[in-house]
Amino acid sequence: MTPEEEKEFLRRRKSRNAVFGLVLLAMVVLFYAITIVRIGQQ
Amino acid sequence: MRATTAKDVDQVALAVSPAAVPVAMPADWRDFFALTKPKVMRLVVYTALCGLLAAPGNIHPVLGFTAILCIALAAGGAGALNMWWEADIDAKMKRTSARPLPQGKLRREDARDFGLAMSGFSVMVMGLAIHWLAAAFLAFSVFFYVVIYTMWLKPRTPQNIVIGGAAGAFPPLIGWIAVTGEVTWMPVLLFAIIFMWTPPHFWALALWVKPDYAAANIPMMPNAAGEVSTRRQSLVYSALLLPLSVTPWLIGETGAIYGISALILSGIFLALTVPIGLRRSVEGDGMKPEKKLFAYSILYLFVLFGALVLDRVLAQWGVIA
Repeated sequence: MTPEEEKEFLRRRKSRNAVFGLVLLAMVVLFYAITIVRIGQQ
Repeated sequence: MRATTAKDVDQVALAVSPAAVPVAMPADWRDFFALTKPKVMRLVVYTALCGLLAAPGNIHPVLGFTAILCIALAAGGAGALNMWWEADIDAKMKRTSARPLPQGKLRREDARDFGLAMSGFSVMVMGLAIHWLAAAFLAFSVFFYVVIYTMWLKPRTPQNIVIGGAAGAFPPLIGWIAVTGEVTWMPVLLFAIIFMWTPPHFWALALWVKPDYAAANIPMMPNAAGEVSTRRQSLVYSALLLPLSVTPWLIGETGAIYGISALILSGIFLALTVPIGLRRSVEGDGMKPEKKLFAYSILYLFVLFGALVLDRVLAQWGVIA
């Protein structure tokens, strides 16, 4: 792997991990909100 | 046998050196996003939201948002599974050749796994958080789009988009069920309107990208039954769409805001389809009427469903009867 390719490899992996992390965080917030709403409705 | 030279040794060394081996780059997140067919998803989300807002009763905003998110994720998952299955076909068509799989930006099995994960996750969340009936319809809509339409009908029959169009008609029905928990006539009518809208909408596109479908060996109506037949059938579906779109008003499910809007919008739709139904294209005519109908058909659905929501919301607030 050339230095340029390695740089691109790391950039893509980093951006994918960041997006994946944000999606997971959003899911945690959403599930928390759903739980609160469902409990409130009972 | 020729003796091995120093030059040969250098070439072998170059061939196996790490720099010469093609590097498998990880896919960019944008490539995964492109798998979800974002443009198609806009219409799916919008019609689902309209179904949800027009339904009688109330849903908590968090649960309403979750329902729409599940429908969007399921549509995205179905889109990814469609691209996984049709990667070879997409590579042959100009319109689809820039998608991530034909471009080699993603591994095919990654697209499949991504699609399965998104679809499965969305159905589970819909069932657990909203309603299992809505989840069942959501699961069936993904199955219908991927298995019935993409795998079975599309490569076999020119009626593919007619029957397969049902897949795109599910979102308002599911949005409605997410609120009410039951299937009644009104959401079925919304389903029927999109079902009837799909053939003239899609055939307008298929008429001008006919060579693409021929290259990919897909029996779309213009390729299989010919242009004349496709144009006449588009006219029939547009003519049927007019009375169908005003039916919710005629049976008293909506007020005049929706009814008059439907009458005008469907009247324009029919008026734009008439020249398409009667004309025959000639080489290099630009297919302007077909392109115009395609653009209008998207606007039609946006405005029609917007009028439905406005009508129902004003009625719920007591502004109109």
